[in-house]
Amino acid sequence: MRLLIFIALKHLLARKRQSLVSLMGIILGVAFFLAISSLMQGSERDFIKRLVDNSPHITISDEYRTPRIQPAEKLYPDAMVAVSNVKPLTEERGIRGFEKVLGTLKSINGLQASPVLVGQGIITYAGQEKGITLNGMIPEEIDKVSTIREYMVEGSLEKLFGNPDGILIGINLAKDLSLELNDTMTIVSPSGDIKRFKIVGIFKTGRGGYDRGQGFANLKRVQTLLDRPNRINSILVKLDNPQQALDLSKNIEKQIGYKSESWQEQSADLMNTLSIRNKIMYTVVSAVLIVAAFGIYNVISTVVMEKHRDIAILKSIGFQSDDIRRIFLIQGVLLGVAGNMIGLPIGMAMMNALGNIKFKPPGSSDVVFMPVSWGWEQFAIAAAFAMIASILAAYLPARKGAKLMPVDVLRGGS
Amino acid sequence: MTKDIVLRSEHISRILDTEAMPVTLVKEASVELRTHEFTAIKGPSGSGKSSLLYLLGLLDRPTAGKIFIDDKDITGFTDKKLADIRLEQMGFVFQFHFLLPEFTSLENVMIPMQRLGKFNETQIKKSASEKLEKLGLIDHMHKLPSQLSGGQRQRVAVARALANNPRMIFADEPTGNLDTESSKTVQDILKQLAHDDGCAVVAVTHDPEFAKNCDRIITIIDGRVVA
Repeated sequence: MRLLIFIALKHLLARKRQSLVSLMGIILGVAFFLAISSLMQGSERDFIKRLVDNSPHITISDEYRTPRIQPAEKLYPDAMVAVSNVKPLTEERGIRGFEKVLGTLKSINGLQASPVLVGQGIITYAGQEKGITLNGMIPEEIDKVSTIREYMVEGSLEKLFGNPDGILIGINLAKDLSLELNDTMTIVSPSGDIKRFKIVGIFKTGRGGYDRGQGFANLKRVQTLLDRPNRINSILVKLDNPQQALDLSKNIEKQIGYKSESWQEQSADLMNTLSIRNKIMYTVVSAVLIVAAFGIYNVISTVVMEKHRDIAILKSIGFQSDDIRRIFLIQGVLLGVAGNMIGLPIGMAMMNALGNIKFKPPGSSDVVFMPVSWGWEQFAIAAAFAMIASILAAYLPARKGAKLMPVDVLRGGS
Repeated sequence: MTKDIVLRSEHISRILDTEAMPVTLVKEASVELRTHEFTAIKGPSGSGKSSLLYLLGLLDRPTAGKIFIDDKDITGFTDKKLADIRLEQMGFVFQFHFLLPEFTSLENVMIPMQRLGKFNETQIKKSASEKLEKLGLIDHMHKLPSQLSGGQRQRVAVARALANNPRMIFADEPTGNLDTESSKTVQDILKQLAHDDGCAVVAVTHDPEFAKNCDRIITIIDGRVVA
């Protein structure tokens, strides 16, 4: 084998320029593969992190995934029962026995849960009317299940504590209504009840709709406004490990019956988009390596063509067809190994350089670093892909070389 | 000095399938190669001299007939087995030196030994140097073929053919491309290999002077051995 490697190396070194060009192809392929895939993975992780951080990991709501079974269907399980125009009972909506549900949830390790009453209200201020989604929460528990504290630009979350008529609103709403910190405003409930709230904090998440339409207030106050004393219609859950949300939400739903949605389920369309984006990007990046493989194919098939005479000599000396095939395959392997050895560190340097680029996303005031993320898997994929491409590219000319009959070349003279 | 038969062909033919029509290169040739004998294959251009040599050297397969080595029929051997026989028992010298251009003289001679793999690197280097020394090339061991004269290249080719101490040496017009002096040197070396070292040397030539220098002449005309 040493002899075959020696011969392969000599062949490559005899055509330094072409070998170098095809080597550059692999190097660039590997480096760009790493750089782009790290950007892709980084942006994906960044996106998911934002998604995970800014939304509850599990949301339990006062709804059922499937409509309730009608008594007639229960009574005649084997019969064909058709019930139409069923009007649900007029009942006070909300999660029944939520204290017990909360107790069960809180017994699970690594889980934080807090009750919320979400309802609609209309702000009437200076002759304007604006809709708002009120999140009635226990102020001391907001931190457990929400990241709103990170987005406060004026006032603070603490001001809600012990301040029953306090409210946190978004900056867009404040601007629309020319409201400022410590101003008071009136909110009307759908049933016509009116309550006054004092703005104790203004937040800015950067999401326009959220900053215009959401408000956080004391649970008791919202319950009074919406005339639903001691009721909640949602439980927000945060987990230490967000990846467990999907399985856990299914278990919770099975136990308590209420609809329990994980962040993955709520963002299924976004996750699908991410997965499609990944596939497209990996295809594009792989194309770079495929182009590089053509470079290798080109060099090795040229070597095979130019080395017809040498192949004939080696075969006449007593080299087997397998030896000849190996000589050219080794050339592919050598180019692949060298390409990886140079390409991987260059790729790593490119990833580092990309990770140090600061930029200001449009519409944001914060300067952020490019999201870059890498793991050994990317290095393994890049290296394996480059090796496979190199070997495959070398295989065809190698096979052709091995098939060559020495006598055909010798007959042709020099 | 006994001349033993090493290789024998029995009515071997080689018909080449071309697009236009089949061409008979060699027709029912029965030839014997003996140790200690320098044999010439002589004949006009296109008579099938080289084709016969390639058949005897196991570089090509006969379309009919049989080839025996030490009375063993090797006609149906696989390509692998034939390659092994070439490696261990045969050496080749061609008209155009056919050295590997990227390798030095020494490396060219070492390659068959390395492929055989019977000796370690030091032994191989020593043996290859001795062979080059024997052919007067000790000062040119580390030169590439492109840095040598035609005669020197052909002597390196002979040294390479001798690498694994073969029993048979096949030379295809070994002096066809050389000046008179170099031609004489190569002829003398081949003759010496037959007489002194006991090799069965067979050389294709169309040079009557060269043929005269050989122990035996096989004449071939239109693919048929006539004498």
